Amino acid sequence: MVSLAANNSRALPSFGGAPFVLALLAVAALLFGICRWIDNAYVFFVGYVVVQYIVLGTAWNILGGYTGYVNFGITAFFAIGAYSTVVLYKLVPAMPLPLMMLPGGVFAAIVGLGTGYLTLRLRGVFFSIATLALAVVVQTLFTNWEFVGGARGAYVLRPKLSPLIGGEYVQYLFLLMLVLCVIALAVARAIERSSLGYGFAAIRDDEAAAEAAGVPTLRLKLIATTLSGGFMGLAGAPLPYYVTYLDPSSGFNLNYAVNAIAMPLIGGTSSWLGPVIGAVLVGGLQEILRVTISSAANVLVAGVLLVAFVIAAPQGIVGLFRRAR
Amino acid sequence: MSALLHVEGLGKRFGGFIALDAIDLEVRDGERLGLIGPNGSGKSTLVNCICGTLRNELGSVSFAGQALNGLSAHERTRRGIARSFQLPRPFASLSLAENLRIPILYTVNAREAGHLAGPAIDQRCRELLAEVGLAEKAGRRPRDLTQIEMRKLELARAMAAEPRLLIADEVMAGLSHGEIDEIIALLIRLNAQGVTVIMIEHIMRAVMEFSQRLAVLVAGRKIADGVPQDVVREPEVVRAYLGE
Repeated sequence: MVSLAANNSRALPSFGGAPFVLALLAVAALLFGICRWIDNAYVFFVGYVVVQYIVLGTAWNILGGYTGYVNFGITAFFAIGAYSTVVLYKLVPAMPLPLMMLPGGVFAAIVGLGTGYLTLRLRGVFFSIATLALAVVVQTLFTNWEFVGGARGAYVLRPKLSPLIGGEYVQYLFLLMLVLCVIALAVARAIERSSLGYGFAAIRDDEAAAEAAGVPTLRLKLIATTLSGGFMGLAGAPLPYYVTYLDPSSGFNLNYAVNAIAMPLIGGTSSWLGPVIGAVLVGGLQEILRVTISSAANVLVAGVLLVAFVIAAPQGIVGLFRRAR
Repeated sequence: MSALLHVEGLGKRFGGFIALDAIDLEVRDGERLGLIGPNGSGKSTLVNCICGTLRNELGSVSFAGQALNGLSAHERTRRGIARSFQLPRPFASLSLAENLRIPILYTVNAREAGHLAGPAIDQRCRELLAEVGLAEKAGRRPRDLTQIEMRKLELARAMAAEPRLLIADEVMAGLSHGEIDEIIALLIRLNAQGVTVIMIEHIMRAVMEFSQRLAVLVAGRKIADGVPQDVVREPEVVRAYLGE
């Protein structure tokens, strides 16, 4: 339990997040500096994946952890972001990648808003099933859309060198994902400390009681689905440049959904730190197993850890520390 | 005293079942109204229709001179109708103080008058908890509470919204004699501060002690409304409770 004193700041209208954002930026800069110093493309490839999962996990947590609506349709939003980039790459290949990412995020946010509207009467597991259906529908649409390669998939030629910062292009991708991660975490923490966070928590605990306490539950749920969907789309937007070849089975890979749910649950859903811990731990472990034991074993990690944590530590790692205090 | 709540011809069906049949009810500003009726008579359905949790098919509800039809529950709470739930529904993951913070942030602060900031909100939460005798447990979670404390939290959360009308839906069920007295005293104190109270209760001792006026629902119809001592002697009311 967070102490009451620590919670006082949560209700303040100002987010007071400037020092936090600066600290995040410092950590991100340090990470990037270390990776540059190691100077090995592999480090950037791994770093990109882990940071991408921090963003995905944080996005999932805004809806699933804070508001209590478990979204299984992560790949729908993620792939909308990725395929938006493919479309833009085909139409305006010269467009800078950060600009290319924006429409993906916006589209995914709009789909998030629409999903929120269409499922507003569904709660609990019924909401989850609806989001699962959404992933299937979106995948079917992209599989049958010839312009983005249909079932064959589409190639995206990655430039050899990074713009602005030099070095291999993957360094640039990693940097973009780091910046996105800083934004996502800053937003998540700002939510936690604002009245929005209290409203989300009230919805998660008891929607009827929240409504009776004056919480506009529908509007807040739509804010959550929109933000969550938007960040998932943004997380997926650089993917075509990372994999250089995007087909439905990779863009809609179940791993993204499993990891995006498992990581916040393992790290702890009550705080912005949870998805970070979960993504670093599970993502890191998966990568170690991938290179040491087998490339298939990494899927097992998230599954086994998820089961273990749900049974032994339902509040996640963050919860374990809070209890210890 | 003018009418604060005005319910006219209210009707609610669940499929073929008529839960409420043309209910007329008027509650004056500052009044203490008791609402009784056997199980399944439609008391909670009436509360839900007044509070916007359920939509009534027929009739109208107006509050402080304004029609409420079509307004969602949170908008009605903001206009000044607060309710407690029959079974306590606390926000389980939040501390007691945070439970009260929700209606302050979303109801009191959503109104035009007076916007409370951080320290003032904490102060208000402490005051409210002290008023119901839960001050020492401000940092605890609802799961640490006993039944009566849970009911008190439920009432405190309704009070935190600073309502003009408080609907207490069976807040005393399952409580001991002494605990019932405590809750009655609390509600009377609140009423003395100017809050109109509708008490829905099965415990007749509490209802008779508290109410200035008594309304009786049976099978979705209002069969009596008046001075409590007279109402409980009416043949139709006696028949509803004791049979022929």
